[in-house]
Amino acid sequence: MGVPLNPFVIMIAAALTSNMVLSNFLGMCSFISVSKDIKTANGLGMAVTFVLTLTSVLNYIVYYYILVPLNLVYLRYIVFIIVIAAFVQFLEMVIDRFSPTLYMNLGIFLPLITVNCAILGGVLFMIIREYSLIQSLFFGFGSGAGWWLAIVALSAMRMRLREKDLPPQLVGPGITMIIIGIMALAFMGFSGMLPVQ
Amino acid sequence: MQIIVTALVVGGISAVLAAVLTIADALVNNYGEVSITINDSKSHKVKGGSTLLSTLAGEKIFIPSACGGKGSCGLCKVKVKTDVGPILPTELPYLSPKEKKDNVRLSCQIKVKGDMSIEIPEELFNIREYVATVSSIEDVTHDIKEVFFSIQDEISFRAGQYVQLVVPAYGDIREETMRAYSMSSQPSVKNGVELLIRLVPNGIVTTYVHKLLNVGDRIKILGPFGGFFLRDTDSDIIFIAGGSGMAPIKSILLDMMEKGVERKAYYFFGARSKRDLFYLEEMKEIESKMPNFHFIPALSDPQQEDNWQGEIGLITDVVDRYLSEQGDDVAREGYLCGSPGMINACIDVLTKHKITEEKIYFDKFG
Repeated sequence: MGVPLNPFVIMIAAALTSNMVLSNFLGMCSFISVSKDIKTANGLGMAVTFVLTLTSVLNYIVYYYILVPLNLVYLRYIVFIIVIAAFVQFLEMVIDRFSPTLYMNLGIFLPLITVNCAILGGVLFMIIREYSLIQSLFFGFGSGAGWWLAIVALSAMRMRLREKDLPPQLVGPGITMIIIGIMALAFMGFSGMLPVQ
Repeated sequence: MQIIVTALVVGGISAVLAAVLTIADALVNNYGEVSITINDSKSHKVKGGSTLLSTLAGEKIFIPSACGGKGSCGLCKVKVKTDVGPILPTELPYLSPKEKKDNVRLSCQIKVKGDMSIEIPEELFNIREYVATVSSIEDVTHDIKEVFFSIQDEISFRAGQYVQLVVPAYGDIREETMRAYSMSSQPSVKNGVELLIRLVPNGIVTTYVHKLLNVGDRIKILGPFGGFFLRDTDSDIIFIAGGSGMAPIKSILLDMMEKGVERKAYYFFGARSKRDLFYLEEMKEIESKMPNFHFIPALSDPQQEDNWQGEIGLITDVVDRYLSEQGDDVAREGYLCGSPGMINACIDVLTKHKITEEKIYFDKFG
């Protein structure tokens, strides 16, 4: 890495030009299954953003202050997953206590964040691209926000499509995949603007 | 060395996270002491955080539940007057539109997180926990056992009601499990209850009863529960049962006999072959003492060696035939007990013969 990138540039890039789901195709399962309703999509987007931001920081600390000094970098996958799982568990408890409505709306998808590949993907990008702590924080938030933006946009489109006459073969996942493809094309148009690797 | 460090690091990280989660659980899930007000009168101080069903059970108030809190029977309905959040997806299938409007909830699904005010029927306060001793176990068919549970104090119930049998943890089953069984003894027997328990493959409670329960064992029983009992009218009675559905009907019949009820009654009992039939002697005896009672067993698949002379066919066809012969201009009531499939099919037959659904009472095994 030559000149250290401005954290804000990283954030914008993570959200738009190299969007988690639309450029890297990470976190597709919940992206497709929870985008039927805009309210739930919004809640999940919020949860993903929150988890991604904080697990990036937590995993940064664990990685650079425990794994690297002890030469245990090869343990990173298992350690990252444990940290993510514990954090999601914690988040579930807190949401259940303080926002039962959100807890209900998220239902099974909150625990599923644990295995949402966007989260682990975000953490791994942060390691591979050798971001600093501040950069990681902004990158995590940007990636989450990008995922949030994408799922809200998708669910809004799906809700509008609900009243439209579609060829019966396309109703459901079929049309969703096509929409995602077109969205990905649009986002790829941005990718030349801010090359962040 | 490397191996030890690796193990220590992974173990240490997991331990720290586990500790953090445990502390968080104690802090976040601590709802402190809350009060539950029942029917605007009695107030109970309880510890928050558990489901309403188990919290009330801790206060010795037993809401009927056949599945023991898994959310699969839909019996533990309670009217909640305080706002406890929207109806959960797990509750939806069990609530009618009217119940939704009245804020009726499944008490096994909602958690006690703050002060609550609920309404439950007064008769639930009669429900008690008994410690029973098994005094006899008998095989009545190849897969049904008749078990008598003696209790020290008296139990009073209505013929047709059920109790819940609480089986302790055993083998791979880590926790107490309860299931509902109708009493086959009549209410005049007050020193215990008789249950008919059919072995359900992989059933937690039925396996325990069939394989592990011995005479002399002590076991917990909750009850009585249920709204399946004979209504006080002059209509003719159509009883239909299959398998261990015999239990509540037998209780009702013995009760009728003792009280000298002389209503016209038909009891259709469906079985596959002769080895599934039982209590034929007992039924004959009731028939001889109650001239207006007729027991009609029917086999759907009689074996050659059964040498069966009685009715053959599905129980629905047999009922249909009898009712058609008699004509439909008599007042009738239906009392059904058996599997959901059998009950639904029988309800169709009875409504076809002009018995309205309000006059059909049933106990479904779910």
